[in-house]
Amino acid sequence: MELAEEKLDEHHLDEKEVIDVVVRFAGDSGDGMQLTGTNFTQATALYGNDLSTFPDFPAEIRAPVGATFGVSAFQIYFGAEDVTTAGDAIDVLVAMNPAALVTNLGNLIDGGLIIVDSGAFTAKNLAKAKYESNPLEDGSLDGYRVFSIDIHKQVLAAVESFGLSHKDALRCKNMWTLGLVMWLFDRDRSTTIDNLKTKFANKPEIANSNIAALNAGHAYGETAELPAGIHVYKVPKAKVAPGTYRNITGTQALAWGLIAGSEMADIDLLFASYPITPASNLLHELANRKEFRVNTFQAEDEIAAVCAAVGASFAGSLGITSSAGPGIALKAEGIALAAASELPLVVVNTQRGGPSTGLPTKTEQSDFNMALFGRHGDTPIPVIAASTSIDCFDVAMEAVRLSTKYMTPVMLLSDGYLANAAEPWKIPAVDSLPTFSVTHYDDPTDFKPSIRSEETLARVWAKPGTPGMEHRIGGIERSYDTGDISYDPANHQKMTDLRKAKVDGIANDIPLQEVCYGNNSGKLAVVGWGSTFGAIHQAVKRAVSEGLDVSHIQVRYLAPMPRNLGELLSNFDAVIIPEMNTGQFIRMIRSEFLIDADGINKVAGQPFKIGEILAAIHEKYNELGDRGGKS
Amino acid sequence: MNQALPTLTLKDFASDQEVRWCPGCGDYAILKTIQKLMPDLETPKENQVFVSGIGCSSRFPYYMNTFGFHTIHGRAPAIATGVKLANPELDVWVITGDGDGFSIGGNHMMHVLRRNVNLQILLFNNEIYGLTKGQYSPTSQVGTRSPSSPTGSIDSPLSPCQVAMGSGGTFIARSIDTEAKHLTSVVKRGHAHDGAAFIEILQNCPIYNDGIFEQVKDKKIAADFRVEVEHGEPIIFGKEKEKGIALNREKLELEVIAVAGNEDSILIHNETNKIQAQMLAAMGGEDFPVAVGVLYQEEKSSFVSDTQSQLQQARDKQASLEALLNSGHTWNVD
Repeated sequence: MELAEEKLDEHHLDEKEVIDVVVRFAGDSGDGMQLTGTNFTQATALYGNDLSTFPDFPAEIRAPVGATFGVSAFQIYFGAEDVTTAGDAIDVLVAMNPAALVTNLGNLIDGGLIIVDSGAFTAKNLAKAKYESNPLEDGSLDGYRVFSIDIHKQVLAAVESFGLSHKDALRCKNMWTLGLVMWLFDRDRSTTIDNLKTKFANKPEIANSNIAALNAGHAYGETAELPAGIHVYKVPKAKVAPGTYRNITGTQALAWGLIAGSEMADIDLLFASYPITPASNLLHELANRKEFRVNTFQAEDEIAAVCAAVGASFAGSLGITSSAGPGIALKAEGIALAAASELPLVVVNTQRGGPSTGLPTKTEQSDFNMALFGRHGDTPIPVIAASTSIDCFDVAMEAVRLSTKYMTPVMLLSDGYLANAAEPWKIPAVDSLPTFSVTHYDDPTDFKPSIRSEETLARVWAKPGTPGMEHRIGGIERSYDTGDISYDPANHQKMTDLRKAKVDGIANDIPLQEVCYGNNSGKLAVVGWGSTFGAIHQAVKRAVSEGLDVSHIQVRYLAPMPRNLGELLSNFDAVIIPEMNTGQFIRMIRSEFLIDADGINKVAGQPFKIGEILAAIHEKYNELGDRGGKS
Repeated sequence: MNQALPTLTLKDFASDQEVRWCPGCGDYAILKTIQKLMPDLETPKENQVFVSGIGCSSRFPYYMNTFGFHTIHGRAPAIATGVKLANPELDVWVITGDGDGFSIGGNHMMHVLRRNVNLQILLFNNEIYGLTKGQYSPTSQVGTRSPSSPTGSIDSPLSPCQVAMGSGGTFIARSIDTEAKHLTSVVKRGHAHDGAAFIEILQNCPIYNDGIFEQVKDKKIAADFRVEVEHGEPIIFGKEKEKGIALNREKLELEVIAVAGNEDSILIHNETNKIQAQMLAAMGGEDFPVAVGVLYQEEKSSFVSDTQSQLQQARDKQASLEALLNSGHTWNVD
């Protein structure tokens, strides 16, 4: 299906109360937009809105000041109802310079609010953004509400008494701006003030001047004469289940899920990795958590990382390795060694735009084929995918369970969007987490490394250091009966069949596929996997509220797939599958279940918009004939 | 711990697998020497782990009745690092060859040495690819005729000990497949070393590169072509120990001189002298004997002990999953 987009109902900033809002903070990569965004997010969570955030930063660490390719942005979508994406279109754009304005204006709704620092709209900066005339003066922004303030001047005045250098004083302008936006949405500044005090504990003058800037921005909103149509907006609190909440990114959730997995399995982890965007943060997070049963190893390359993990698993720990697409490609031989020698291994793939270096900081789902098929030989391994940032926690635990129970590598698919996006998480009680204790084999009577469980077909895990367990394994085909080298043709057939049967059998040990929104049968199912969850969920919800017969199915287990998935899909007249690739999962669905599904495919480095999925639902629905319902 | 160990012999370390190297292969001699010295190492048998990559030498773990992992081409150092990190109590050996260790796996070799990971690395150097049927290797001499270099190889060979020195190796030694006594003593010294022990073993391939080390192995002529270095002893060789190695201070290079009358000029081997060790490692060719023995040893904290001390420091903190999940900013919804 062609990718099209429907404009969703625009939020009317004319009203004093709005159901949901998308705010995007954009500036130079040195302007502190990520810090501004995370502080606003905290205040918003404390206020009681549901929310989802997405940082969008350039590949360049410090691009030249004012350059369009150096714009760093942080988007937050918050509201009174459940929020599962970072939002389609922007309601409020904070642009710290002309480059930030020109690169983000296209996504602003008609009548949207632009807050700009007019002090940054110098001839030089306008030229860098390729503006021929100043958009603040030439009328080109007439369709929007423009709140133009000389933030440079305001900040310098606000922090004058602290005696900072001109440069340091100007660095407070992100806090001034944050203060203003906090006024706009009636947020409490106290958490940000606490954060600044902690962050600059050793530099009180920096902390105090940032706090002064924050307060001054807020006071400006309260006291200045405002342009028409700009006022404080109320966003009602969301109805959420009682409990203790926190914000969490996919990377954090994944790391903590691995730690939880190690606690539940009662096993040590060795996390061996090589830095690569956007996967490195997982290594950073775990390197800071060595008080748990976690050790980390920054290897010399991707291959060494997977190999060290396999070595750790041979020695009785659980080896984990992590990368993004190009790095996973390098690990393929090591993964196959773990599959052949039947050792546990968790491989985390935080997918990014490809092929080759592709778009390192942008998101994509184009490694599905590699995850399922990207190995030499007949080498099936289980593949599971996280669908939201918080889902990364459960999926990481599940990867630990499956790899240790079935003595197999498990590929866990995340992506650049999930890794960086944050959402509120109802913190689970530790005693509610599933336990799946792992045991190492230690009975020397007739010991052979090939002894296996009849139920799981997994072989025993006998670790070095255990008397009587001495054995040799390796990549050469092993005898089914003894585990010794075997070149016997019939044995190779048997072992190949065994490896397949073992992985296929996991289908009996995973939940049946459920419909996550809508009915179990009907006209149309929208089937997704991975981070498309949020956009599909909102689109299906809107379609259902229009009276359409649409359901949302999100598949976590990509290999093996849930054993009822084919039957479930056959209960629908039509199936559409949105993917951030050219159509990879859909081939699996079509070939496994002979279902004539339609793909919606997007490879723009950006997540799906709700409006894009909704347009596809409408198109398919129209094609199916009777549209039914009220619309 | 020593008291609890049963008395073991060579047979306890031989697995039930039929050894499948070509008749006359130098690997047989190395295997026998290692099996024989294992009981002397005072390490429980169940703590011994042999890790190998791919190639003729990499079949070695199958023949040891210990833990063994025959892995993939070139990656044994990385896999062994993972084994050792997971369980520092284990005694981990890497068995590799010139192609496995310095061609496809050269990068891992360099890093395992600079990190000083506590492993014994036995490099079987036969200057040829045996298992793939005779192509030239990164240690083959220029002009080696092989199936892939029918008119002679043109690549300059690398010297494993020199590369190991340059990578920051802390124990560098060289020995010979059939010299059981020498090999035993070098391997035992390497085993006692705290860190990465790199041992190059000159190994004859009777099928594809037969006799390549004949000069240093043939009892009749070897005295003139190899010098056994011993810490604190003068570096002398020849049938009558009549020749010695001296430093030409003007040219800053080694030279072979007669011992008689030059006793004071003969270099005394000092394992801890890196510059001298580098010069000794480079010896060979037409003008110099090949140096065997422990060329270099340096006391340096090892990767595993540094890792352990960082882990210990981190684990002084109370680890609580509940506290982790509830750390930072949280809020309650009633």
